[in-house]
Amino acid sequence: MSAPVEAPLAANPVEAVLRSFRMPHIWCPGCGIGTTVNCFARALEQSKLNLDKVVVVSGIGCSGRVAGYLDLDSFHTTHGRAIPFATGMKIANPKLTVVVYSGDGDLVGIGGNHFIHAARRNLDLKVICINNFTYGMTGGQMGPTTPVSALSSTTPFGCFEPGFNLPHLAESAGAVYVARWTTYHVRQLAHTMGEMLRKNGFSFLEIISPCPTLYGQRNRLGDGLAMMKHFKQQSVLRHGAPTKEVGIELQGPIAVGKFVDIERPSFLDVMNEQLGRTLEAEYAGCVKDHVPD
Amino acid sequence: MKADPIGVLTGTHFFDGDHACCEGALAAGCRFAAGYPITPSTEIVERFAQRAPLVGGMFLQMEDELAASIAIQGAVWAGAKAFTVTSGPGFSLMMEHIGFAAMTETPCVIVNVQRGGPSTGLPTLPGQADMMQARWGSHGDYELIALAPSSPQECFDLTIHAFNLAEQYRVPVLVMMDECVGHMTEKVVIPPASEIEVAPRRYTRLPRGEYVPFHAGPDGVPEMVRAGEGYRIHVTGMTHDEQGFPAPTVEAQQKLVQRLVEKIRRNAEAIVRYEETGVEDAEVVVVAYGITARVARRAVELARQQGVRAGLLRPVVVWPFPENRIAELARRVRAFVVAEMNLGQIALEVERCSAGNAPTVLVPHGGGAVHHPEEILEVILAQARTEEVLR
Ligand SMILES: Cc1ncc(C[n+]2csc(CCOP(=O)(O)OP(=O)(O)O)c2C)c(N)n1
Ligand code: SF4
Repeated sequence: MSAPVEAPLAANPVEAVLRSFRMPHIWCPGCGIGTTVNCFARALEQSKLNLDKVVVVSGIGCSGRVAGYLDLDSFHTTHGRAIPFATGMKIANPKLTVVVYSGDGDLVGIGGNHFIHAARRNLDLKVICINNFTYGMTGGQMGPTTPVSALSSTTPFGCFEPGFNLPHLAESAGAVYVARWTTYHVRQLAHTMGEMLRKNGFSFLEIISPCPTLYGQRNRLGDGLAMMKHFKQQSVLRHGAPTKEVGIELQGPIAVGKFVDIERPSFLDVMNEQLGRTLEAEYAGCVKDHVPD
Repeated sequence: MKADPIGVLTGTHFFDGDHACCEGALAAGCRFAAGYPITPSTEIVERFAQRAPLVGGMFLQMEDELAASIAIQGAVWAGAKAFTVTSGPGFSLMMEHIGFAAMTETPCVIVNVQRGGPSTGLPTLPGQADMMQARWGSHGDYELIALAPSSPQECFDLTIHAFNLAEQYRVPVLVMMDECVGHMTEKVVIPPASEIEVAPRRYTRLPRGEYVPFHAGPDGVPEMVRAGEGYRIHVTGMTHDEQGFPAPTVEAQQKLVQRLVEKIRRNAEAIVRYEETGVEDAEVVVVAYGITARVARRAVELARQQGVRAGLLRPVVVWPFPENRIAELARRVRAFVVAEMNLGQIALEVERCSAGNAPTVLVPHGGGAVHHPEEILEVILAQARTEEVLR
């Protein structure tokens, strides 16, 4: 009887896209953020994009730490301001693929104004929002997505405010691509992220993600795995659903799928077209062509 | 490096300070501006919006000043030179991102055309009451550079200088104009591009792997790269190590903050710039900057006519402050008279630097109009006389 031959450990295909030397990461056991990063790494791998030209911009929060773990040019900015930073970057060099990866509190709480204006402008940004229904980094306070009656450290008697319906907000403000999945839907997540990387215009992905440490525990939703199972049970596949109908309540269904995928000229398309038309030969082109090497 | 002629409007013009500032930015190679309208600064970006597409640039009107002050930093990391302009309330909103630029060593320029404050204050009238906010407004320890032009010509010249200093030291540089200088129209001479020196970005020549993003050279300033070149850098506003990654430790904090502060303090003598008129033999030295320096010059002339040896020291670079020069003068002058359009800001600095060797007397003004030369003159004369009695 020969000794069993151990297959050599296949290198994790996403490792090339991650900063393995930065591990272990800061996230709690059972947290969903890492799962989404894996999906994103897979999407990047499969995209065949030149990763030297892909930039990730985060704000502040547990989700905001994503930028630090991806082996891309990465920018960990200020709380709520990842989108305007990304806006300046994309306009100054349109050849970059600019991904904004951050939390719900960051993107639509403190950064809500930037979010709606970026969607309106339809600048080509890929915005990935980790929605864990709370402010994780600061200890589980209520946020702009906390459902009515949910407990948080600042709503000890239950939240009185309805949370945002993010897909509806994004679509109303002008996003051309809007999708939602939970961290249970890893294949769908990678697929959607891939579509976003190819889409021109403001695209938005909401990822419902467990924060077992704070939101889960306070609301008796169990550990990370239990929360994921809960998300799976509550999920209802509704591709193309009117975003008005996809709001989330505490124990209610979670509509998932791709809700919006339309074409609308992007900011840079409109800008170049209009300046080209009005200034004709005088139009000197976009910023990047004039950035000295 | 010489300026790119495409952005240089060579010739003799009749410009207000705001327009001159815009031309300075374009001449310096700035190709991205973001801003939110606010009097009395808006004309700068209105002109930029008009001019930029012709020279390969772009103005982006953002949703607020928080957005504007970080959008420029995104543009900088993409490789552009960039600036934003504002006034009082907008300047307050930009504070967090001045700190971000200091922490991430992002070269950028922020223009504040000062108006009367606090709050909405006097939207269309001048003030100089943001001088300490410019120095200390963002949280934490950091150093930056602030300039104070006192004419449209200087709005042009010093805006170029601001971009150059930003690149050289990798700090946010503030151009602290005031409504008077912004809105007054005078002759502005723009030289040929071949006579305008612009500082290039200090890009590294090291390949990925050897390049350490926040490892500083002998002058305390690290070399830079931009996004999209394959370096895969990480830039964070958190306390970071030389590789650029978060390092929340006492040691990393001490090392980083010390360097951020030292790179300006140790180079202060090279950065400081002031102009003196009649200081050599002066018994009373007036310290004034921006528009107030022009009024003070008149007061000094009047004092001289009355036989009082008065002089004017005008800080052109306000931060870092001409600390050594004030200390030196303090040992031989009778008094400093500080005229400024606020209730005592730079006066505190003069007082600190003179270390008790000469008194500092403030000629305050609440803002909304410039001083009368006579108000300053009176104080100069009083100081000259007081000292005589004491002697
Ligand atoms: C201007 C500012 N205000 C407040 C904070 C404190 N803060 C840090 S992270 C955070 C909330 C982050 O929540 P979210 O974006 O939902 O991310 P999560 O941590 O849940 O992933 C807050 C309020 C800050 N860093 N900056
Ligand atoms: S606090 Fe919540 S969101 Fe933050 S890492 Fe822990 S589980 Fe994740």
